[in-house]
Amino acid sequence: MQRFLSQRLACHAARLGTTLLFSLVLLAVCLVDCRPAQGIPAFARKYGLPCSACHESWPMLTWFGQQFKDNGYQLGNDRDAPIFQNPAYWPATFRITPFWSRESNNKTQVDGPAGFAANEAQVTTNGFNWTGLDFHTAGTLAKNFSFYVLPSSDEFGSFHFESVWARVDNIAGSPWLNIKLGKFELDNLLSEKRILTLNSVGSQYWNYHFQPMSAPGVPENLYADGIGDNQVGLEWMGHSADDRTRVSAALLTASDGNPDVPFASAYEGFFTASQGFQVGSLGVQRIGGFAYLGQAPTYYQYNLTTVSTVGTDSVNGNSVTSTSVAPIPGTGTGLKGFQRYGLIGVWYIKNFDITTMYFRGHDSAWLGTNTPALPGTLLPAGAHAPTWNGGLFESHYVFSPQFILINRYELVRMSQQAFSTNPGNLGNLDTLTFGFRYNPFMNSRAGMAYFGEYGIIWQKGTSPVTASNMTTNSLVFGIDFDF
Amino acid sequence: MKITKFFVNAALALVLPAALGAQQADQAAPAAKPNPHMESHVGDVTGHSEAGANLYYRYCWGCHGARGDGNGENAQWINPLPRNFVAAVFKCRSTITGFLPTDEDLYDSIYRGFITSNMPSWKALTTQNRADLVAFIKTFSARWVSEKPGEPIKVPEEPKVTLESIKHGKELFTKLECWKCHGPEGRGDGPSASTLTDSNDQPIKPYNFYTGYRFKCGATNHDLYKIFITGVDGTPMPSFADVIKPEEAWDLVHYLRTLQIWHPSPELALWESTPEGSAVVKAERVRNTDTGSGIHP
Repeated sequence: MQRFLSQRLACHAARLGTTLLFSLVLLAVCLVDCRPAQGIPAFARKYGLPCSACHESWPMLTWFGQQFKDNGYQLGNDRDAPIFQNPAYWPATFRITPFWSRESNNKTQVDGPAGFAANEAQVTTNGFNWTGLDFHTAGTLAKNFSFYVLPSSDEFGSFHFESVWARVDNIAGSPWLNIKLGKFELDNLLSEKRILTLNSVGSQYWNYHFQPMSAPGVPENLYADGIGDNQVGLEWMGHSADDRTRVSAALLTASDGNPDVPFASAYEGFFTASQGFQVGSLGVQRIGGFAYLGQAPTYYQYNLTTVSTVGTDSVNGNSVTSTSVAPIPGTGTGLKGFQRYGLIGVWYIKNFDITTMYFRGHDSAWLGTNTPALPGTLLPAGAHAPTWNGGLFESHYVFSPQFILINRYELVRMSQQAFSTNPGNLGNLDTLTFGFRYNPFMNSRAGMAYFGEYGIIWQKGTSPVTASNMTTNSLVFGIDFDF
Repeated sequence: MKITKFFVNAALALVLPAALGAQQADQAAPAAKPNPHMESHVGDVTGHSEAGANLYYRYCWGCHGARGDGNGENAQWINPLPRNFVAAVFKCRSTITGFLPTDEDLYDSIYRGFITSNMPSWKALTTQNRADLVAFIKTFSARWVSEKPGEPIKVPEEPKVTLESIKHGKELFTKLECWKCHGPEGRGDGPSASTLTDSNDQPIKPYNFYTGYRFKCGATNHDLYKIFITGVDGTPMPSFADVIKPEEAWDLVHYLRTLQIWHPSPELALWESTPEGSAVVKAERVRNTDTGSGIHP
């Protein structure tokens, strides 16, 4: 009997240990200061639908959710205007994500025998953390007038506005006439704001943010995050009644999406079109494309240049100085062009779906070589317009509305370097991310998901000191919730 | 007299136990149970309840409930209440009142959604998805096992809109006492309106032609005709199949379109072209009840 009891206790203890370990693993989470747009329980509360009606998994949209969004956050059943809501209804949602993460980079710039910040070493950190707070407010102001305001903080509570827009929907009763003004998510078939992964490597689409290297260890200066980030401008969007056909065109201020002064007195254009079609019992497939065209400044006017001593080198005793310059906002000039194009397919085979993307980027040689296009200036010898191709394969398997497996592989290959002396593969990257999201419950009042992810990126010749190959990886576990 | 009384008592003594026994036998007979494996047939698409289960869980259960009894977690906040699939009483059918709807009827309801309710249009789903959902909805009630859907009614070709047709429709509107619920001007404010309840004992408002364009069961004249003939089961709206002739139903359709004074239609245009119609429509338009909701007027 005693032996039986001790066996039971040992078994129980082992099970408890396993459970605790699993719980700890689940309770751990990811870092990430880049948070995607969220599923919004405020919508679910308004309409009584579970999150899964609009989200394949939070925040990736189902085609029904896409239609709801395209229709100006309206279901079209004459209950959309706020007048039909209880006066106590408040279209607001908070979202925050505690997590544990392990981050590792094999070529971090560090001090060492060779001097101040002149060495590279592998640096690995891990620990608990949390993201900032997203405060989503969105919905309709009246029938066919919608809005979205998203103050978002960093983990220290310092807020900025991730989205601020108002939209006039179905102008003249036509779904082809919808106008949006403000700072908004670009209307792309594969939107980074709908990304399912949160780890520091896989929380973005690298193709959207890729910048070629000007030379080994020297990145191009062009701000090129336009497609991935929310942008400021005016958008026209149109769609068919069943939302199978969608088109949009946006005129954007050449800025980094922040208010006040843009980079330069220049504009960018973002154009998309996509078509959905039904293939038997497999589901709705969709193909589309986008073009992002614009100009970026090659130099600014400066109003200050300071050289200050920031310390003494511990090895040779020399003073260490820092130089700071302050470009005058909005004075960017010597504008040169850049283009980004993409073809995207979203393919459904019942519960399995895969998104494929071909991406092409091209920057002016002035931008690629970081050469100020001053009057009379010539390009350096051997300068070329950097050009590259990219690809993405992202697949999901939806076991149920509560549980999804995620896998993504991206690659970028340079086809022409900024300088002919650069190695042909300089800047090439490969990145792999996989993970899961599990919602322990589904309702229309709040959302919560356990998630676990691993992401890794390999990039050629980009380490900060030796311009050698760099690898970064990120492992995260956490709880993503909103209410 | 005594003999008569004796025979009556004897007869009762014989008949009552037999009747009660028969009733008990009825109760003892095994009741039909819902079939968890159902199919639906919509055009050349076959829906399967197994596939529909996941879809139901993704899209529908929040209102209609995990058991399909219309008692989902949001039901308490919703008016009108979500459909109870266990009772299997459906408003929008092409079948005569009291009969189950066809698969196409359920499919159309999912595709179209219901105006002035929380039920949206699910046209973003695929044909197969909707057919699968129809099959799954049928797993909730034993009615789908013990009964067959009714035969769809035949809708005769719509006659040409004429002034006579509209005027006759107006007479029928009065004669059939439609106004008692829908109001004399079709604003849903008839004398009985405040007393109406649905099959859930919930207050229900008659349709307001003045503000509405789409109807619960469609938007076309064809849909409106079907509503008269099939009735709207689960609501006080009866079937007029045995009351009016087909041509009279079309007359009523034509007249009701003239009550929708904010939505252009051939019927309204013709009605407004007459001095009588023009005066009525003008007067109604002046009686503005703008709510500020963005809905006409």
